[in-house]
Amino acid sequence: MAVLSVENLTHTYSVGTPFQKTAIRDVNLTITQGESICLLGHTGSGKSTFVQHLNALLQPTSGLVKIDGEDINKDKYTRRDIKRRVGLVFQYPEYQLFEETVAADIAYGPKNMKLPKDEIEDRVREAAGFTGVDVSLFDRSPLELSGGQKRRIAIAGVIAMRPEILILDEPTAGLDPAGSRTIMENIRAYREKSGATVMIVSHNMDDAARYAERLIVFSEGTVWMDGSPEKVFARTAELSEIGLDVPMAAELAEALRRRGIPLEGAIYTHEQLLNAVRRAGAVPAC
Amino acid sequence: MLKDITLGQYFPGNTVIHRLDPRTKLIFVLLYIIALFNAKGWAANGVMIAVTLLSMAISHISLKNIFKGLKPMMFIIALTALLNLFYTQGTPIREGWIITWEGIERSVKMMLRITLLITGTFLLTYTTSPMALTDGLERLMNPLKKLHVPVHEMTLMMSMALRFIPTLIEETDKIMSAQKARGADFETGNLIERAKALLPILVPLFVSAFRRADELAVAMESRCYHGGEGRTRLKQLHFTGIDFVALFLGLLLVAGIFVLKHYGL
Repeated sequence: MAVLSVENLTHTYSVGTPFQKTAIRDVNLTITQGESICLLGHTGSGKSTFVQHLNALLQPTSGLVKIDGEDINKDKYTRRDIKRRVGLVFQYPEYQLFEETVAADIAYGPKNMKLPKDEIEDRVREAAGFTGVDVSLFDRSPLELSGGQKRRIAIAGVIAMRPEILILDEPTAGLDPAGSRTIMENIRAYREKSGATVMIVSHNMDDAARYAERLIVFSEGTVWMDGSPEKVFARTAELSEIGLDVPMAAELAEALRRRGIPLEGAIYTHEQLLNAVRRAGAVPAC
Repeated sequence: MLKDITLGQYFPGNTVIHRLDPRTKLIFVLLYIIALFNAKGWAANGVMIAVTLLSMAISHISLKNIFKGLKPMMFIIALTALLNLFYTQGTPIREGWIITWEGIERSVKMMLRITLLITGTFLLTYTTSPMALTDGLERLMNPLKKLHVPVHEMTLMMSMALRFIPTLIEETDKIMSAQKARGADFETGNLIERAKALLPILVPLFVSAFRRADELAVAMESRCYHGGEGRTRLKQLHFTGIDFVALFLGLLLVAGIFVLKHYGL
């Protein structure tokens, strides 16, 4: 049971040069086992900087990051171990593929953990299964596959380390809708089967509404809001002020209400909208 | 870590030195180097130090930034100093010692010369954007076009290379972070292990560098780029009064150093 807590975290880039910039300021958060979180925020709001603190890739300028109450930056051993417990998939992860075969690339993480050979093979097969990478691709070069397939292989490379907390920075950026949906479904399935905490960094509100139970909204380097989708998406006007949208379904529901169709309850996914419209009797059930 | 590389870095500012025409700065640095290599005596070296410190003060570049740039050169500076210290003939500082008074003097002067040389050129890149620098260089080398030297192509390559240094550094940083997140270890192990650990960085870096080069070529062609012939510029370079003053001061410096050399100072 991993509990990750962040206390008064501040990070400043290039201290003491003309390029000095504070990316995140005084962030306090607690993430518990099994949560499904979406980290939202406009470009430059500090999301990516924040997540790189959670596995000690970046060290705080001030403040603490703790796992189960222990400082992850205590020494170089805790900094190494945290990378196995908190898996981070970067934006456009396909650009980090380098091995000659798909299987070898997925095995890179477990190999660095110095696991026995058959254990590595198990994990590669398991991770590939989670992300929908077919075994027939294992001996191909990752560089000659399509963008979506590369993305899946890169995500499998992190899942193969069996992290307790899996963080994905914009996992669907640059993919077509069908590709995005499969990847999001794969991630959901992974979370349900493994019980891992999953945190997705995104600015796609529809993904956030559909896949997350908790939303954390960043704005200008601070946590602007932290709560359930209902709570966050109720503040439509303020969200657009900080450069974010509400999900399409919420927008549509709002427009229908303005036209006098009485829709009940909080609506931010397509399913909720459809059900509410049916209940209101505006559409005959099909 | 990698972000601390200051090679060819530009510190934006609005001082007199920042505003000088890049051609002026290039010529001034050339004159400065000529003066530096003719500064033999202590008086002449003193003048060179004064000029360097003055330029730093005017351009608001701090000693700290200069030292940061000098750090990678420390080894060369130290080696030169040591060689001069032990291999200079003269009167030993004590009976039977190899180290001579002349050796000490010479090694101090050599250290000074290399340090000033690097500082002077750093001041140029710190105060001039890479674009302005290559523009200035192209204009200065323009006469060579008559001899069919591909000046435009050369400066274009140079400005692209300079332009991509920060991009590639950023990219390397990103790939390193990603591989570190997968448990890569670049700091421990013997030489062979460390060299092997670099492979996961170098392969993606080369792949992306080639991709970038390809994309850049397509982007240039689709905007009808066809070389330097008849090409106009957004920023025209103009000499102003202050440039002539700077060039005059540069010539004065060289003349002064030669006078001091003549009198053996």
